[in-house]
Amino acid sequence: MLIKKPDDIKPSEITPERLYYDRREFLRTAGLLGLASAAVSAGAIACVEPGNAATQEQQLKDELTPFEDVTTYNNFYEFGTDKSDPAENAKGFKTKPWTVRVEGLVSKPASYGVEDFIKPSRLEERIYRHRCVEGWSMVIPWLGFPMADLINRVQPLASARYVEFQTLNDPKQMPGQRAPVLNWPYTEGLRLDEAMHPLAIFAVGLYGKTLLPQNGAPLRTVIPWKYGFKATKSIVRIRFTDKQPRTAWNDAAPNEYGFLANVNPEVDHPRWSQARERRIGEFRKRPTLMFNGYADQVSRLYTGVDLRKNY
Amino acid sequence: MASWTPPRWLRPVVFAVSLLPALWVIGAIASDFFNGTRLLGSNPIKEAEHFTGRWVLRFLMFTLGVTPIRQTLGWNWLQKYRRMLGLFAFSYAALHLSIYFFLDLELVWGDLWADIVKRPYITIGMAAFVLLVPLAVTSTAKMVKRLGGKRWAALHRTIYVIVVLGTIHFWMAVKRDITLPLVFAAIFAVLLGYRIVVWRRKRQLAAMRTKNREPVMDTPVSPGFSVPSSQFPAP
Repeated sequence: MLIKKPDDIKPSEITPERLYYDRREFLRTAGLLGLASAAVSAGAIACVEPGNAATQEQQLKDELTPFEDVTTYNNFYEFGTDKSDPAENAKGFKTKPWTVRVEGLVSKPASYGVEDFIKPSRLEERIYRHRCVEGWSMVIPWLGFPMADLINRVQPLASARYVEFQTLNDPKQMPGQRAPVLNWPYTEGLRLDEAMHPLAIFAVGLYGKTLLPQNGAPLRTVIPWKYGFKATKSIVRIRFTDKQPRTAWNDAAPNEYGFLANVNPEVDHPRWSQARERRIGEFRKRPTLMFNGYADQVSRLYTGVDLRKNY
Repeated sequence: MASWTPPRWLRPVVFAVSLLPALWVIGAIASDFFNGTRLLGSNPIKEAEHFTGRWVLRFLMFTLGVTPIRQTLGWNWLQKYRRMLGLFAFSYAALHLSIYFFLDLELVWGDLWADIVKRPYITIGMAAFVLLVPLAVTSTAKMVKRLGGKRWAALHRTIYVIVVLGTIHFWMAVKRDITLPLVFAAIFAVLLGYRIVVWRRKRQLAAMRTKNREPVMDTPVSPGFSVPSSQFPAP
């Protein structure tokens, strides 16, 4: 049996808090290095073999993305389509009381207060890469618990094959929902085996703090090997079904956003390449990794699946 | 008002003001990366691309606005600013393209080619830029003379195609929210519509004058009969 070391973020790669807060110094050095290497590569680009460059760059470290970026650069169209809109328009968003309904093909359908939904599980910190379909990425220390925990608790029926997640629908609180930008309420879904994967989590916090509304408070999903839009924020409904659920972005542009939406550097978005990404805070782009660097853990979910067709 | 001459200082002021967005965005990129400021937010290079792109459309809008404003309000002095505004549109397009190629694509020619060939919105944007180049090159008084007024004017009517391509490029580039592309499209529709109206009125006038000049005869006028429009001063 081949035992491979997962391409996970190792604790040794994480910036210590003391250094991390010295972002200014870090950026100055990184920026200067970037500029210097840009100048060098401008002259030498033709001689560099792309393969070599990629292997070198794969050893790039994953630094935590600053809290400020994580909480002000967001795609959460319910609060507006600009990246800065959610942080502004989600101020005062009411997350208490909050009810989550679990329904569909499940032995124990129920409505939970969000506290009761979380309580039975032990919260843990998960530091994940986050790759947006638009070509940027972050590294975020989430606080949450495995989806599998919840799924085991509510016991889906044998006929259940998919899980559907739905965001709150409340145009009064969510100004973005007043325009038909997407098919509200935001709906996403996973295959049941994907949702059961230990990397898939429900997050309730980040950086050791309770989630802010712009990040999907009080409860959101995080599926680190998929593009960010597969995550559902401010969840009010979880439904188990035997049919593949419709999903918001797939409704909007089926040729651009598929159901699986696995991070894949080899399958381009129709309008841009997915081969590289801009890590927020970094001057140079870095190569995008297959399954966002979680291939060792998740690729078994997709044996026999044509990832080019099922983007 | 028609004969009003702008004060001498106006020209350098317009020039300096037009330059401000470019200076700001270049300074902001440098500051964000070297000083750790957040002037352009979390993703400065993307923001710089979008920022300069919007300024290209604004300067195209200003350039195309000159003639309608001049004709309807009689501000003839504006005419002298048209070339400068047009050249700023071109300069912002060059800056937009430079940020995209140097900072976003990081000088990877293969990626540039793949983008141009595979992604229609890039193809369209690039076509718009390529069409802008001859207009910038022929913007000098010398070139107007060399080409002759009529040919020069014909060449510079490409600007109508360019604004259409530029708006389509913007429209296709946004992910979902098309509010701003719609605003630009509406403004350009007005600016181009104005020209269509003027052009049609001119034709009607010419036709009417032709009719009035028709000699009173029993024999029908041959279909090819017309008075060269150059005999009439433009309305």
